Amino acid sequence: MANEAQIAVLAPIDAAHATTDRDFYAESSGIKNWIVTLDHKRIGLMYLTSVILSFIAGGVFALLIRIELLSRGQTIMDADTYNQVFTLHGAIMVFLFIIPSVPAALGNFLLPIVLGAKDVAFPRLNLMSFYIYVLGAIMALASMIIGSVDTGWTFYTPYSSSSDVGSQNAVIWMTGAVFVLGFSSILTGVNFIATIHKMRAPGQHWKRLPLFVWATYATSVIQVLATPVLAITLLLLIMERGFGLGIFDPRLGGDPVLFQHFFWFYSHPAVYIMILPGMGIVSEIIATFSRRPIFGYMFVAMSSVALALLGFLVWGHHMFTSGQSEYSTMVFSGLTFLVAIPSGVKVLNWVATLYQGQIVLATPMLYALAFIVLFSIGGLTGLTLGTLSVDIHLHDTYYVVAHFHYVMVGGTVFAFFGGLHYWWPKMTGKLYDERMAKVAFWIFFVGFNVTFLSQFVMGSRGMPRRYYDYLPQFEELHRFSSVGAFIIGIGILLMIVVFVRSAIGGPKSPPNPWGSAGFEWQTTSPPPLENFPRTPIMTRGPYDYHLATEAELYSGFPEDFQKSEPSKS
Amino acid sequence: MDHIPDIFGQLPKAASTLAPSVDWLFQFIFWISVVMFVLIVGTMLVFVAKYRAKPGQKPTAPGGSHLKLELVWTFAPLLLLAMLFHLGFKGYVFAAVAPAGALEFRVRAKKWNWEFEYPSGTREGSLLVVPVHQPVKLIMSSDDVLHSFYVPEFRIKRDVVPGMYSTVWFQATEVGEYQVYCTEYCGTSHSGMLAKVRVVTPEQYRIFLRDQDRPPPGKTQAEWGEQLFASNSCTTCHHVEAGAPPGVGPNLRGVIGTQQPLEGGGTALADLAYVRESILRPQAKIVRGYGNAQMSAFVLADSRIEAIYAYLETLH
Repeated sequence: MANEAQIAVLAPIDAAHATTDRDFYAESSGIKNWIVTLDHKRIGLMYLTSVILSFIAGGVFALLIRIELLSRGQTIMDADTYNQVFTLHGAIMVFLFIIPSVPAALGNFLLPIVLGAKDVAFPRLNLMSFYIYVLGAIMALASMIIGSVDTGWTFYTPYSSSSDVGSQNAVIWMTGAVFVLGFSSILTGVNFIATIHKMRAPGQHWKRLPLFVWATYATSVIQVLATPVLAITLLLLIMERGFGLGIFDPRLGGDPVLFQHFFWFYSHPAVYIMILPGMGIVSEIIATFSRRPIFGYMFVAMSSVALALLGFLVWGHHMFTSGQSEYSTMVFSGLTFLVAIPSGVKVLNWVATLYQGQIVLATPMLYALAFIVLFSIGGLTGLTLGTLSVDIHLHDTYYVVAHFHYVMVGGTVFAFFGGLHYWWPKMTGKLYDERMAKVAFWIFFVGFNVTFLSQFVMGSRGMPRRYYDYLPQFEELHRFSSVGAFIIGIGILLMIVVFVRSAIGGPKSPPNPWGSAGFEWQTTSPPPLENFPRTPIMTRGPYDYHLATEAELYSGFPEDFQKSEPSKS
Repeated sequence: MDHIPDIFGQLPKAASTLAPSVDWLFQFIFWISVVMFVLIVGTMLVFVAKYRAKPGQKPTAPGGSHLKLELVWTFAPLLLLAMLFHLGFKGYVFAAVAPAGALEFRVRAKKWNWEFEYPSGTREGSLLVVPVHQPVKLIMSSDDVLHSFYVPEFRIKRDVVPGMYSTVWFQATEVGEYQVYCTEYCGTSHSGMLAKVRVVTPEQYRIFLRDQDRPPPGKTQAEWGEQLFASNSCTTCHHVEAGAPPGVGPNLRGVIGTQQPLEGGGTALADLAYVRESILRPQAKIVRGYGNAQMSAFVLADSRIEAIYAYLETLH
């Protein structure tokens, strides 16, 4: 039996549970079986398709921004169009791409598998959260078609609530879209928390959870606790804009700074919704390609939880110049510095994991190492921004833009692509062209640094963000940055080509092409409908290479393994 | 060490009493970051180079517990972080509290113009003239949406929030002209919402105040009007080139002395009285087709309004 060798350590509870060894694609076909599916893997793949389409849309808007900024004055669009384009870039990338990218797409696919479960705790809720996401995406699209939204993705009041800005209904549609998308996020969070608590296979205790699961758990907690605040805030904004209810607009007796408090009370924790799952992926990749347990496993796991908690206490650092009280400013600055601790703990533990490892520089590993490099830059520049007197100078300049792109793109997006390469064989059952994938990686990496290193310098020299036009002294750096954006574009395009070619004609993948000890690699690629032929019993942790059998770490096809070592089967 | 050289040219010129401390801290954090980055990434690269997988290698047993190491790198950075917090907060408090006796100016921000009211009561668009070595306090308010007052060379920034006053202060240390930016997104011409702070000697400042409501030496009334038309950002919304497309507001070439159709019917003769009213009370008589353009009031001295009128008269 092909699967026998795969689950040697993951001993069967009951042989009668054995199901078919058909993969989940073969289980049923036709579009109808996809759109009403309750299988977490199919839902994950539908999410994956949606977030990648959103990424491409957001990316096109990013390129339009960079083309416009190639030279001073009008290059390809007028100021109002530019303002809409950067709003759409931000809103799409944040709400339609990054937030659902890792948890909803990769998380949905992998979480039940690594837990040894057949599905998530609430499969119907899972499907519903996907359709709520689709509804939100359609509403966002509607806002573009029926009018213009030029408020920035932050929807700051009173700009966003005054009726002479943008077109009245479009802003309501866009904030409505974000409101709806929030519910998708909440439901995914609830589902994952329940799944992690209740659906772990026998032997899968908390200290054996893959770090990706710990990160997903911390993320889900934030999604459930913080997202309702965003929903309330946007609802109030819609009420103000639609019915003249005075909450944020001083002309109606409201307080514009209150909106910023509400907004960042969600949106700062949301930064951790975006980065934590990425950190989880990096932990998985580094363990696999160093063939070692993650150094300081519990510290890395707990640092995710610490980040999730601290993330709730630092929203005011977005508002150092806003006119909030000096005392709040002091407290928020102090708390902000604490965030550096768990972030640093993660980075140092990853580097320590490499020590005496057996390192393989496959494409996913390149992305994970790039994460360490870029996230370090993103994190260290955060120190400058947390320091009050220095932040006053840098706030709302390109320095901040560069900082959060190093964290969100250099961090999350690199981790997401790393994870996509890493789990691609598991998800599709196909291998991809390693050489081309590495070329795409290097183009992306170089392009990213060209784009955003220049923005640090621009920003500290005083170039404000969200500027359609700029003064002559910034022209050179803007050009440099724009060239970088195109290099990124080429890298991403090449990456898409690599994946498309793999999906169409790539060679078949063995169950465990990387020779990983992770649980998801102990089933077929792609997995069967309920993930394992029978419920597995976990007898070791996902990084216990020294406890894994040779069969479990074998990177070829099981048939070949049995042929080469007949005594083992 | 009270000065760290800016070898990568990361910061603009330092021209206020606040700037040196901010710059020192920026450079200090920058170099600490460089050291930490080199250590982290360097170590990573060394490990990657040294510990490559070899064919046939068996997985090694994991090392023992490293609790001490974990605790060290969890808690040791706290010292550095506490220090950064302290230094940053010290600078922030310095920047937050204006010294007693500072020269006070009222600043009004509106889409998309900065208006500075001098102690004399005169209002000047887009230009703040202040004496060097004198603490200056700005009391700011907004007529419409959020704006933010930013002068990179002074290292100061403060949001201007509708419905409340916010203040910022600086003491310029060098004579010169410095750029003011709006750094809170405020719509169409956000990037055009610029102004200048001109730092002059006390003597020049006295002369400036004396001559503030007359045409500058060597300029005719109409030339001064043209200058005021630009400095009050009238050009942001009103084009004056022949045949230019209408902006947010009507094109003003050739309108003086003509009858203008109004929103809600009727016409008005574009004479000095009408121009004056349109500047001081823009919503009183709106030209047809511009009902949605919400121009805010510009409170200008009569000599300035007359100069602008004289300039508009020259546009045929």
